[in-house]
Amino acid sequence: MTSPVLEVRGLTVRLPAGADRPNAIEAIDLAVAPREIVCVVGESGSGKSVTAFSIMGLLPKGQLVPTSGEVRLQGEELLTATPQRLRALRGSRMSMIFQEPMTALNPVIPVGDQIAEVLETHGAATGGARAPRILELLNAVRLPDPERLGRAYPHQLSGGQRQRIMIAMALALEPALIIADEPTTALDVTTQAQILRLIKTIQAEHQSGVLFITHDFGVVAEIADRVAVMKDGFIVETGPTRDVLARPQHPYTRMLIAAVPSVLPKARAPIGAAPVVLAIERLTKVYKSSGWLQAAREVRAADSVSLTVRRGETLGIVGESGSGKSTVARCVARLIEPTSGEITLDGQAIAKLSAGRLRRHRRRIQIIFQDPYRSLNPRRTVGRSIVEGPINFGTPRAEAWTRARDLLELVGIDEAAIDRYPHQFSGGQRQRICIARALAMEPALLVADEPVSALDVSVQAQVLALLDDVKRRFDLAMLFITHDLRVAAQVCDSVAVMLKGQVVEYGPAADVFANPRHDYTRALFDAAPGKGWTFGKAAE
Amino acid sequence: MTVLAPSGEALLAKPRRVGLFGQLRRNPAVIAGAVVLAVLVVVAALAPWLHTVDPEFLKPRFRLRAPSAAYWFGSDALGRDNYSRVVYGARISLFVGVTVATLALLLGTTIGLVAGYVRLLDAIVMRVMDGLMAIPGILLAIAMIALSKASLTTVIVAITIPEIPRVARLVRGVVLTIREEPYVEAAIASGTRLPLILWRHVLPNTIAPLIVQGTYIAAAAVLTEAILSFLGAGVPTEIPTWGNMMAEGRRVFQIAPWTIFFPGVCLAVTVFAINMMGDGLRDTLDPRLAKRL
Repeated sequence: MTSPVLEVRGLTVRLPAGADRPNAIEAIDLAVAPREIVCVVGESGSGKSVTAFSIMGLLPKGQLVPTSGEVRLQGEELLTATPQRLRALRGSRMSMIFQEPMTALNPVIPVGDQIAEVLETHGAATGGARAPRILELLNAVRLPDPERLGRAYPHQLSGGQRQRIMIAMALALEPALIIADEPTTALDVTTQAQILRLIKTIQAEHQSGVLFITHDFGVVAEIADRVAVMKDGFIVETGPTRDVLARPQHPYTRMLIAAVPSVLPKARAPIGAAPVVLAIERLTKVYKSSGWLQAAREVRAADSVSLTVRRGETLGIVGESGSGKSTVARCVARLIEPTSGEITLDGQAIAKLSAGRLRRHRRRIQIIFQDPYRSLNPRRTVGRSIVEGPINFGTPRAEAWTRARDLLELVGIDEAAIDRYPHQFSGGQRQRICIARALAMEPALLVADEPVSALDVSVQAQVLALLDDVKRRFDLAMLFITHDLRVAAQVCDSVAVMLKGQVVEYGPAADVFANPRHDYTRALFDAAPGKGWTFGKAAE
Repeated sequence: MTVLAPSGEALLAKPRRVGLFGQLRRNPAVIAGAVVLAVLVVVAALAPWLHTVDPEFLKPRFRLRAPSAAYWFGSDALGRDNYSRVVYGARISLFVGVTVATLALLLGTTIGLVAGYVRLLDAIVMRVMDGLMAIPGILLAIAMIALSKASLTTVIVAITIPEIPRVARLVRGVVLTIREEPYVEAAIASGTRLPLILWRHVLPNTIAPLIVQGTYIAAAAVLTEAILSFLGAGVPTEIPTWGNMMAEGRRVFQIAPWTIFFPGVCLAVTVFAINMMGDGLRDTLDPRLAKRL
């Protein structure tokens, strides 16, 4: 066997005093061989990014200190290397691809020049060789029209294009090791599939070893040769991808794999002829921007969308970013004004109601947002957040508070926590509190706008189960917005697929998943990472 | 029946963070500034009992005495006791600082909230504010005092007006970001009326930058009041203020430097203490802002 590109042995990194555990990572052993992709997978706080940053020598100074172990890049010890040596190695022999390409690129320099800078810093491809080399790199990452895109600024590119530029920069000096820290997390699923494929072909062509950090087992299944599962700073399990996914040994790995929603929709009782709670007819939302000196621009965020949700039904709106799915949700909750079309709630048309007349109907529609860290007012106790709505509508205080306590218990949070502030809860707990707040209004329709996208996969499974449970318990209609087909498969009775503001496919979840008719739906399914694996069953 | 056992998470999360006062206590700048200000406030409040005499009492026989056991800070050209005048002057300076800061914050916040939340009024209100900002504060004060008679009220109003747009712009900026927060939208979806949304959800989250801004306004107001007095456009000359004392001392300071030295030092120390406290508050309350500045 060839000698590994990267070898990490017994690496321990200390956390500052007062943290929840003494070490960010402890006794980490890892090896990456040439032409191998090793995935480090774990939930937030597991130490996977700290591992990557330790290898690159990019740990924040003074806060995180490697205390023992060794990190060898092609046999050269990195932990004791001088900063000058590390700087020379970064880019030339190891390079990193970050999660958010927008913040990793300099916004005021054309991307081609940024690639040139990498070459220049390391004195590679000098003089006349530089421009052709940049074109070659842009071609290597399959960017269309590389000459033009090389002159573009980061904001003129799409997320996927920016990530390709990052990859081109990482490849510029043909490094032996590429570290990719969640490189596709900020991307749409179809773009993600392309980038994953790209990383795979490129590393095969260039003989690089890749250390790939991710939280997504789908991505692992798609790309990894070997996997290391991290939890609380330790590697709990490591092995070839096939073995780990098929026969996970550690209970934590088993739990994680079981928590990945299956892409096969659950069998569901038909909704039948339950009364229609929400009817959306030809809903259109047009954003117009006009300035004194510029031509007016129009964006049709939602274009003639028609959907119905019956009592007890969960309708999933699936689409990528910019497809208009959130616009529909926000129009339904009347957080924004629809341009045209009608929204009927329990037989009452609400699309054009004035703010005053609308207020009476507000309590019938409640919304749960994506980011649990921003959806609760940080300066109010969770109890006061929950009782606010009912008291607005005249519920006596004592009654509202009693009900708030009951609801907290119902969503799985100790009622004693009612006087605490949001920062004292984790993301999953906050999302539970938001669900309690929505339920306190006794709504007929729950709009959930990407409610689990910001959560770890194990927490995600619990919140999804909770949503399903409260829907059944209170016989709610639910409009569920998501970009994640796996999530949609688990919770939705029917599914509408949106593309560029329009619904391109709409029907019962089982039909849409089993037999997608529209090309775009098929493309979405194809792009879902790890579709070859049946997740959600490994625990059995 | 319990719905679910949230196994992955602890039921009650992390221990409470160190409270605000705990954080402030650890900040040496806040402590130093606060201690100096507290001493000044006590001195101003207890002025009559701190071995002072009537600050306006003239004793022409004892003109321009150097500091001594009888005249701690010396006496001025009209034989008034400098020590008593400095102590009583602290009252005026602190009163002006606090009043201007309070008024500017109250009015500026109200205007900023309305401008930030009511789109229709935004353009109009903010253009008026821009207009106000174009007028130099001291010029406005001189004009106002020329039009009406010199009084403490005129001075306070004159210093407050140019500060209002700064506060309004700050608040409007914060409101524009907060109004997009999901918790505000959740409140709208819960049928909370606009005034309550502003009061409950928007205003409390603007407090941190406002307190910081308030300290800077107070420091600037103390300084501006002294400048106006020095120029003879401030409070009537017979009232003992640090600015008035320096203005009168100007003619004699070559033979009696203490006439300017003591009020000057007090003014500098006061402004420095307020600014120290402001910087400390900013670092604690608004770490992001601290990094940007």
